[in-house]
Amino acid sequence: MGRYIVRRLLYMLVVILVVSIITFGLMHAVPGGPFSREKALPEETIRILNERYHLDDPLPVQYVNYLYAVMIPHVTTTPPSNSLQDDFLVNVKIGSVWVRWMNFGPSYKSRSRTVNDIFRDNLPISAQLGTMALTLAVLIGMPLGVLAALKQNTVYDYFGMSVAIFGVSVPVIVMGPILVWIFGVSLKWLPPTGWGSKPPYFLGVLPSDLNWDYFKYAIMPSFALGLGSSAVIARLTRASLLQAVREDYIRTARAKGLHERLVIVRHALKNSLIPVVTILGPLFAALVTGTFVTELIFGIPGMGKYFVTSITNRDYPVIMGTILLYAVFLVIANLLVDIVYAYLDPRIRYD
Amino acid sequence: MAQANIELQPVGSAGTPLTQKRESLFQDALRRLLRNHAAVIGSTVVILLILMAVFAPLIAPKSFEVQVLPDQNKVPEWVTNVFPTMKPYAKISDDYVFGADYVGRDLLSRIIYGARVSLAVAFIGPLISLIIGVIYGSISGYFGGRVDNIMMRIVDVLYAFPSLLFIILLLAFFRSTISDVQPGTFRYAMSKVDESMGGMFFIFVGIGLTAWETMARLTRGQVLSIREKEFVEAAHTIGASNMRIMFRHILPNILGPLVVAETLAIPGYISTEAFLSFIGLGVNPPTPSWGSMISDGAGVIRSYPNQTILPAIALAVTMFAFNFLGDGLRDALDPRLRGTQ
Repeated sequence: MGRYIVRRLLYMLVVILVVSIITFGLMHAVPGGPFSREKALPEETIRILNERYHLDDPLPVQYVNYLYAVMIPHVTTTPPSNSLQDDFLVNVKIGSVWVRWMNFGPSYKSRSRTVNDIFRDNLPISAQLGTMALTLAVLIGMPLGVLAALKQNTVYDYFGMSVAIFGVSVPVIVMGPILVWIFGVSLKWLPPTGWGSKPPYFLGVLPSDLNWDYFKYAIMPSFALGLGSSAVIARLTRASLLQAVREDYIRTARAKGLHERLVIVRHALKNSLIPVVTILGPLFAALVTGTFVTELIFGIPGMGKYFVTSITNRDYPVIMGTILLYAVFLVIANLLVDIVYAYLDPRIRYD
Repeated sequence: MAQANIELQPVGSAGTPLTQKRESLFQDALRRLLRNHAAVIGSTVVILLILMAVFAPLIAPKSFEVQVLPDQNKVPEWVTNVFPTMKPYAKISDDYVFGADYVGRDLLSRIIYGARVSLAVAFIGPLISLIIGVIYGSISGYFGGRVDNIMMRIVDVLYAFPSLLFIILLLAFFRSTISDVQPGTFRYAMSKVDESMGGMFFIFVGIGLTAWETMARLTRGQVLSIREKEFVEAAHTIGASNMRIMFRHILPNILGPLVVAETLAIPGYISTEAFLSFIGLGVNPPTPSWGSMISDGAGVIRSYPNQTILPAIALAVTMFAFNFLGDGLRDALDPRLRGTQ
């Protein structure tokens, strides 16, 4: 298992490197630069700006410098400063030296912020929203799927699958405005827009105080965001449980007189979880790194918008930062999924 | 459960034939499809939508682009009954069946024309992703070994790259307004094509270029399971070429699952287009798209909810129809899969 994880981590590193090269190449291939405007800036200004951000270096040099700043831990004696060029995500003091790691660079668009500021201020909000949405999706999807499979071709089944069809057919851009209008504008039960927590966050990601004021902002967006995923989870759970209950070991378990609930929970359900867990990986990465539309509709200051605006603004460090963040989340989530496999199905051994 | 309609008859008794009426695979599937109410409703709605899109100029009561500024945000009587919050301030005008938008364009006509974009994506997106994905996946699965390994690792890496971002980068590349594009270059030619299609072209390309990965994986898996079958071996022994075996012998055998997967993916394509239009990267205005209408209306949702909710309903109905149709097709083409996928 240990060797397997090491191998996977190396593989992850390769994937992330390749993703970073593709992103770097594509974003520089896109015409226009971060300082192009409809009304062009004076050439001298652009030259100075390019020089300041080292955009006048050859592309391979820029790429290597970027990788160096992000990936290689820096050991220095100088303490962190307030310079935008010198903002590291990880700063650890060991004795008299500082070990500093992951400088994603300054944002070209918002001149007083760095990519790390976005990770510190906006990512936690997206992560909170995404985690709640995913939790909701699992809490709605799994029971529906289990119920539908155990009572196949009954009212429960039809109800569960209707909810699933509803979930996949109603995207966030439909659900969002309808929820806002019903509960936010007409009934005035919930605030139509906004988010209930601000920096600083507990442990860097968690909201500092959990109360109704926090959750009342989170209910609608989490539901709108989680609905689609819950439908996918419900369908998968049902399908895979239907297959599992037809297996021989279920008949054996029943034959030896095991209580029906134990048969289902311990034998059928556990074995049917693999496909469900598989999609939780990518779902987690997508939800936690922010979903642009949900955050736009509900006015949530998460990091979803940076995925889109960074590209339209040609804000190179933010493009690289957001896409690398997504890729890292995705590969880590997939690794966790594979480790969970081994727990769910001991036959899967990684060596 | 789907069962063949076989009536038991006394074998060999006078006047009755010994053989049953034979049905082709297609007839069999069609019969099962027609017995599925949800699928029938779904396909009816899809057909109606296609008719609506094709005959939009005949059906639409008004122009989709003419702005009648004095009629801004006007609503008919029934809309104020559905959305009672509008009563105190709404300007009533029964000229507009669904009301007029924020610049005085007829909402109903825009919704009718908007079907064109969604349906075009629903048919061209699958086409592109099928062509690329099937060719890629067949090659990977058929040749196996190192070829397969390399080709699938490439897909793995592309998977780690968020597809929407790829589309947005593509759009940024071809639709840049910042720098002038010289006539005669590839980019110039492409952006002209896009302009002439009202901005739909790059949406097709973007969706096709990101959706093929799933198709390629599916095709590869299917090819792997088929290529060891006896009939493939038989084709090898009589000296059929690789191309012939791939496209003549293997492909027809795996087409069913691919078509089903593609149909079930259509709602995804439709919502991707709606998403892109919603964030302003979709079709060029004034071409109406449900996504951009929802986005336009979202700004005034507190005062004029009809401008968001009505196109949202149109979008949801279309997605429902394609989902019902896809589910039905899956059950009809492969009854064993019923309820298992």
